[in-house]
Amino acid sequence: MKKLINDPKSVVQEAVQGFGLAHAGLVTISEDPIYVTRKDAPVAGKVGLVSGGGSGHEPLHAGYVGQGMLDAAVPGAVFTSPTPDQILPATLAVNSGAGVVHIVKNYTGDVLNFETAAELAEAEGVSVRTVLVNDDVAVEDSLYTAGRRGVGGTVLVEKIAGAAAERGDSLDAVAAIGERVNANVRTMGVALSACTVPHAGTPSFDLAEDEIEIGIGIHGEPGRHRIPMENADSITNRLLEPVLADLKISSGDKVLLFVNGMGGTPLSELYIVYRRAVQVLGDAGATVERSLVGNYITALEMQGCSISVLRLDDELTELWDAPVHTPALRWGV
Amino acid sequence: MVLDANWAVKWLTLCAQAMAEHRVELIELDRAIGDSDHGENMDRGFQAVLVKLGESTPETPGAALKMTAMTLMSKVGGAAGPLYGTAFLRAATALGDSAEIDPAAWAGALEAARDGIVARGKAESGDKTMVDAWTPAVDAARAAADGGSTDVLSVLVAAAEAAEAGAVATDPMVARKGRASYLGERSAGHRDPGAVSSALILRAAVGAAA
Repeated sequence: MKKLINDPKSVVQEAVQGFGLAHAGLVTISEDPIYVTRKDAPVAGKVGLVSGGGSGHEPLHAGYVGQGMLDAAVPGAVFTSPTPDQILPATLAVNSGAGVVHIVKNYTGDVLNFETAAELAEAEGVSVRTVLVNDDVAVEDSLYTAGRRGVGGTVLVEKIAGAAAERGDSLDAVAAIGERVNANVRTMGVALSACTVPHAGTPSFDLAEDEIEIGIGIHGEPGRHRIPMENADSITNRLLEPVLADLKISSGDKVLLFVNGMGGTPLSELYIVYRRAVQVLGDAGATVERSLVGNYITALEMQGCSISVLRLDDELTELWDAPVHTPALRWGV
Repeated sequence: MVLDANWAVKWLTLCAQAMAEHRVELIELDRAIGDSDHGENMDRGFQAVLVKLGESTPETPGAALKMTAMTLMSKVGGAAGPLYGTAFLRAATALGDSAEIDPAAWAGALEAARDGIVARGKAESGDKTMVDAWTPAVDAARAAADGGSTDVLSVLVAAAEAAEAGAVATDPMVARKGRASYLGERSAGHRDPGAVSSALILRAAVGAAA
């Protein structure tokens, strides 16, 4: 394992310290317990937005703390959900009295820890709503699994719900917007190689040189099947087919197309995937109205990508376009 | 042999020792069907329990288990943190302020722990989770206690052996809960890391009494 780290045990702490120093104008960091809040939190009268999850998915979540998006992010250990004693103070720190929305990816650990923290926050008099993100179509039969995972769609839920909170929507309205985004977004990912978790020291799974894993989550954990390597267009077709089928994309639909890198794939390759995805969506009669291409929700240095398609309506488009000023996403300001 | 606060402290100390010793094994088991963090998380959690035990001495077994519950919940993370946190908390509640644990009380504490895990994680027997270690352990402890055994060590042993057998029995199962469930059929042929760490905890309970 070759990594730019000092000690596997201090990776998250030192990364958050550096993040705080690099973006001191935008965020404030708490080191014990670890969480990140926007500089001006709590914003009077505004619903607070808190998200979190395992570290290793940067820039998710801390990179999205700031005006127009999250009020707080709670990083756990690498690929491990944060704990209630981190989530609770983060929640209290951004509560202005208007309540707090938790945006939680559907992974067992994240759900259990946020659920506990929400109960504790309610006990302290803070109203909490939870938006559960489960956009991953790779999990075919959720009857016999923990259900669909929350993956790339999380970034879109955080941006759009964040804009709703910023414009002054009520607690229930912000949660409802978040749920509407989740209901209209589907994602599928592919891994070309595994990543290495610092404390484990060996790759998270074994993938032969000529094999790829279709339907991965954001930790490299599989969803559908393993197949021989193919070219970019062919992989793009495979990823989009279940996404479009599940979303029931039809002629006239307007969509946001999000091609996300997993950390180890160059932007040029993501654009090759994007190019093909636009063609496939066009063939289905859909128009790509908005786009996002880059490393936004990663799995350390894993090679691969995910494709998310969000069906847009006028309000979602307007909220997507609304100003945002965070370390990892910025426009309109 | 009585199970008192001293025994509880020794049990938790041995748990910490077991998690440190089996850290890599648990990471490897989790690497196969999860995301490689179980050994690291359990080790981190129980090392924190050791620190707490160094700061103050619990007066009853229940107090020791409650302290453990809060520490694991705040230090472990993942699914294991809330699940083990709930298990120790429910066991502590079942034991109340008793200074000593008899066979029936031990069986009751294990049952309360298992019920807590089931309530939090919503998993059933056969889902390839830690429940597959806990349920046989509860059944074995209950059978030994109901059989009129006054030898609490034999009840501890029965529970630990059943948990170990339960962990082995997860090998062929197809996971239906937790991250391993995403592997579907491919999760068969691997032992569930949560069931293994549960068996280690119950084996440590024997070691503390031996």
